[in-house]
Amino acid sequence: MNERTPGIAKNQLSWLVSCLLLSFIFLALVLADSPPANALPFPAVKVRPLPAFARKYGMPCSACHLGWPMLSPFGQAFKDNGYQLGNDRDAPIYQDPGYWPVTFRITPIWHRDSTNRVQVDGPDGLNADEAKVTTHGFDWSGLDFHAAGTLAKNISFYVLPSSDNTGAFHFESVWGRLDNLFGSSWFNIKMGKFELDNLLSEKRILTLTSVAGTYANYHFQPLVSPGSRANGAILATEGYSFGIGDNQVGVEWMGHSKDDRTRVSASLLNSNDGNPSFSSNNGAGGLLTGRAYDGFFAASQAFEVGSLGLQRVGGFAYLGQAPTFPQYTQGGTPIDGTSIGNKSFYRLGLIGQWYLKKVDVTTMYFHGWDSGFLGSNTPANVALPIGAQSPTWNGGLFETHYTPNPQLVLINRYEIIRMSRQAFATNPSNFGDTDVLTFGYRYYPFISTRAGFAFHNEYAIEWVRGAAPVTGSNLATSSLLIGFDFDF
Amino acid sequence: MRTVTTKSIRIFLAVLAVSFLPALATAQQQMESHVGKLTGHPDAGKQLYFRYCWGCHGFRGDGTGENAPYLNILPRNFVAATFKCRSTPTGTLPTDQDLYNTIERGIVNSNMPSWITLTGQNRADLIAFIKTFSPRWLAEKPGEPLHIPAEPKLTLDSINRGKALFQKLECWKCHGQEGRGDGPSASTLTDNNDQPIRPYNFAAGSRFKCGSTNEDLYKIFNTGLDGTPMPSFADVVKPDEAWDLVHFLRTLQVTHKSPELTMWKSTKEGAEQVAAKMPSGTPTGSGVR
Repeated sequence: MNERTPGIAKNQLSWLVSCLLLSFIFLALVLADSPPANALPFPAVKVRPLPAFARKYGMPCSACHLGWPMLSPFGQAFKDNGYQLGNDRDAPIYQDPGYWPVTFRITPIWHRDSTNRVQVDGPDGLNADEAKVTTHGFDWSGLDFHAAGTLAKNISFYVLPSSDNTGAFHFESVWGRLDNLFGSSWFNIKMGKFELDNLLSEKRILTLTSVAGTYANYHFQPLVSPGSRANGAILATEGYSFGIGDNQVGVEWMGHSKDDRTRVSASLLNSNDGNPSFSSNNGAGGLLTGRAYDGFFAASQAFEVGSLGLQRVGGFAYLGQAPTFPQYTQGGTPIDGTSIGNKSFYRLGLIGQWYLKKVDVTTMYFHGWDSGFLGSNTPANVALPIGAQSPTWNGGLFETHYTPNPQLVLINRYEIIRMSRQAFATNPSNFGDTDVLTFGYRYYPFISTRAGFAFHNEYAIEWVRGAAPVTGSNLATSSLLIGFDFDF
Repeated sequence: MRTVTTKSIRIFLAVLAVSFLPALATAQQQMESHVGKLTGHPDAGKQLYFRYCWGCHGFRGDGTGENAPYLNILPRNFVAATFKCRSTPTGTLPTDQDLYNTIERGIVNSNMPSWITLTGQNRADLIAFIKTFSPRWLAEKPGEPLHIPAEPKLTLDSINRGKALFQKLECWKCHGQEGRGDGPSASTLTDNNDQPIRPYNFAAGSRFKCGSTNEDLYKIFNTGLDGTPMPSFADVVKPDEAWDLVHFLRTLQVTHKSPELTMWKSTKEGAEQVAAKMPSGTPTGSGVR
């Protein structure tokens, strides 16, 4: 179903977007003023099998999730407390012996993805041309198996084998945690592969398309020079790969007040973006990896504002290093985990989470900096090329959710990234500037303590300045998705 | 004549409506909750109830949520409006503050978690809503809160007097001589849902169902835990005696550090008794006594 004819899908796109908008507006109108969840239709036959935590504690999904998978303040406190409610019934010994802490999640979908300039073979040779490529059809997401809970009182764990949609598995999360050490909620130690203590959790993102399934700010790396990327993929010539939204490997100290209003954490992490065996690509090697360690720090404070409820503000900092040349090679290939010539990078951010009754708004300011060696892909044992400099950029995010009742979430997000200094002074000043617009909704036809199901509909579009792989024109990628997102 | 009749009916209806207005207003006020400066509203509480609570307490608030069959301490039945944790005399309704405290604290050894992460306004709204489940809140007012006198100075004499009271009031029949919840009557006890219920095991816990402070303990045996076999001793224990009993009961909590336990262990008798009660052994089971 690939199309290579520029412009052919314009009418189709308009039609699809119209359908999306109409169904969005229809559901909004029908459900926005509808009675609360109790008055909405529940399935005649109750579903008994449980997602892991709901099964253990018998709580509806809506207790811990404003709209799953996004956490509510209660759910965040439950997570911070080591998946414990603190009523002395958290240890597995109190559970039915038939309890098994596993949930799976998968999403059958129909989606349409379109990119205006994809590198293709043409009259001028291989990879010498660009074309608009649009694909659409039925599909499914990867499969997640979440296994999490407590091994004993104050010892918690999380294991998440996750596959792509071909069934190729990797471990997205693997960690154990000692909770409430010394009887204090301020001492919790986690070790393994885990999501950074991001207030805005990418693993709990409410959007699923290929464009908006991750936060652009969390994964942005400055482009080296026009034409240095194809289809957004990182070329081997780029020196390192990092996303603050990626799960990382290391150890984390986390502390919080009893009511979870105050939260702080610090992590010591491998400098290989969360990959196993000191590699850079899920064990398969690829980019250089060395012996460096990174640090991540986060803190936030929540406060009550009258009848509006809880508001939270926080900040985070990731201080990282990446090697720039191999110390040893084997058959010409760098040996994983031995590269040297470390150069630094950092990411900083401020986040606000604002709750205005049925509307919650997340705002984020993001700032990134890379060493000139990393930005220009230059080994540290040679001189920087003329014009190379440390790329610097600023980003912002504005995300709103309107939750008229626990069964419906309307979602809107706008992300913006602006380069303030290019990797090379000769690059256009707006080269790599990125905008991402997303909107959609999730409708949960039932809410139970046993299973989760969402009807998901979303549209997202991304613009990246000058990133077309051959011509250096602007790159636009859009994605439309309709599907059933469920866990059990 | 017809005009007069119509006019009379209109006047009658108007008078009827006006006379019912105060009653409606009062009913609305009774369904509100008042905790400190907070005023809870049932409409807002309803939204929260159907987000957080219905899984256990049920759509109708009668404690028959879809989890109820799996819980061995049944969720509270808000229709019956019988509450364990009160500052009010046995048989009476609790104050809004009592319910607020329960939501904030949770109930240890049950499936009721602490909802301290909710805002104060959220908790007040929830209270206002759960009061709509029972007509008792329209017909009755909460009881007069118990007056708790200042705690007297802790002494060995106080602990010993409390120990004598423990025998005299026959607390041991349910709670056992060592406070382990294994008295001779323990296995026969049921709650008002005819569910077996075990007396509190002082030796294993640091928190009580209805709090963790000395004042909470004082309150528990003075108000009783309605719906359970734990009666109120308010009519048989004087305030100073009640504090003696509190001081002694604290010495039964051998795994919880307290001034009472420290003082009790400073005596030869106390040290021997605490050592005998103290659980020992390893997590693998070796050397368990």
